[in-house]
Amino acid sequence: MDIILEGIGQAFILLVTFDPEVIGITWFSLKVSGTATLISLVIGMSAGTAVALAQFPGRRFVVSLINTGMALPPVVVGLFVTIFLWRNGPLGFLEILYTPAAMILAQAIIATPIVMGISLASMQQLPRKLRLQILALGATRLQMVWILIREARLPLLAAVMAGFGGVISEVGASIMVGGNIKGYTRVLTTATVMETSRGNFDIAIALSIILLLFAYAINLVLTYVQQRERPR
Amino acid sequence: MGKRLFSLLLGLLLLAPGPCWAQRGVILATTTSTQDSGLLDVLIPMFEKKTGSFVKTIAVGSGQAMAMGARGEADVLLVHSPAAEKKFMADGDGVERRLVMHNDFIIVGPPADPAKIRGTKRAAEAFRKIAASGSIFTSRGDHSGTHAKEQAIWKAAGVPHEGQRWYQQTGLGMGQTLAVAAEKKAYTLADRGTYLALKKRLGLDILVEGDGILLNIYHVIEVNPRKWPKANFAGGKAFADFMVSKDAQAVIKTFGVAKFGSPLFFPDAGKKEEALGK
Repeated sequence: MDIILEGIGQAFILLVTFDPEVIGITWFSLKVSGTATLISLVIGMSAGTAVALAQFPGRRFVVSLINTGMALPPVVVGLFVTIFLWRNGPLGFLEILYTPAAMILAQAIIATPIVMGISLASMQQLPRKLRLQILALGATRLQMVWILIREARLPLLAAVMAGFGGVISEVGASIMVGGNIKGYTRVLTTATVMETSRGNFDIAIALSIILLLFAYAINLVLTYVQQRERPR
Repeated sequence: MGKRLFSLLLGLLLLAPGPCWAQRGVILATTTSTQDSGLLDVLIPMFEKKTGSFVKTIAVGSGQAMAMGARGEADVLLVHSPAAEKKFMADGDGVERRLVMHNDFIIVGPPADPAKIRGTKRAAEAFRKIAASGSIFTSRGDHSGTHAKEQAIWKAAGVPHEGQRWYQQTGLGMGQTLAVAAEKKAYTLADRGTYLALKKRLGLDILVEGDGILLNIYHVIEVNPRKWPKANFAGGKAFADFMVSKDAQAVIKTFGVAKFGSPLFFPDAGKKEEALGK
């Protein structure tokens, strides 16, 4: 137990003294996972919306694939992204293995199906007649989609939170494609793994607490935005 | 509302200054012990300052490091698995292999020492006693340099161990394997550096040390540029030259003295491998 208290004390010290390394790692974690989440939002929301609104043969099969993708294990993504990005691999000419770009790519691949699946579900739960009504009032197709997105914004914000939560807490892919390089690709989760194996449990606990606080702060802001209007 | 927040976030993320998203550099594949001991945290910045190049340290087991080298995915290796290294060189995967430093392996176990190995002179003899007593032995099981050394000792001991109930493979790094051994009150083979770094939390004692077979030797190897033209050979060679340079060797000599009272590694540049431990 005393080690947890030590860790909490350590976290407090690291935070109030603005330890430059910890601040750097925290800020970098936000940038990588934030960028990956933004990419996944663009791809996931548009594809999720398209599948939700469209009728085509094999639609159920596609939906089942998307839903399976929501459970995509980060280490599997990490392994395949590594193999593709190897210098002598199919995408080796990009030369981005062990860089932040590779981490963003891997995290975007993890987050996209999560965002897509939740977007799909939230668009589909809107009443079908709403679409007809919007079109009947003279909206173009694009305007209709925009209104539907606005209508489904509460669950869509949940998609943002789930996507971001999935990648900020992920360690398997980040350590494989980023390499946990000091001052370059080290994020909160990979630093925690390394400090644990170094036996610095107090620092590892401190980093975990910072990660939790950080995830809480982000979700607090998103929840605030989500819950602004009075409940229906 | 939401839109404004998003544009704010987007702006922050894309405009914020930060590391280059896709920087090239020297890829150093190495063992976990050099990173976990903190030695590379001292040496790498020295090298980067001196040469202006950027080192990407990928800390994995020696086995994986050599597999990366053999595929041309690393430029230079710092490893400690001599038998596998010789094969690596014989296969033409590396061009030059130079001795950097050594320390030693130790057999650690619970202070109660149920297998009665404390003070045994020969590591193989100690392993035989552990096997005979059926006490739990935790193995790295990850093709690391330490795992290779452990296999060599088992071979010398000549007793079956794979598949025995008391022989457990963690598949983890040294620090975590030591932690597992401590929880299970088991024996294990560890490099002295990692053991010293974790000692205070473990409650495991050094039971056998000083046998010649327990020598832990680190070499630096440059990956063969003829086989892998995409490798950063110049950068890899510069790093290898740096590791055997006077400056780096001086750092290795004193590293850890302040924290542990004794050095973690002994510099050996220019020496012959056969002359070590004599």
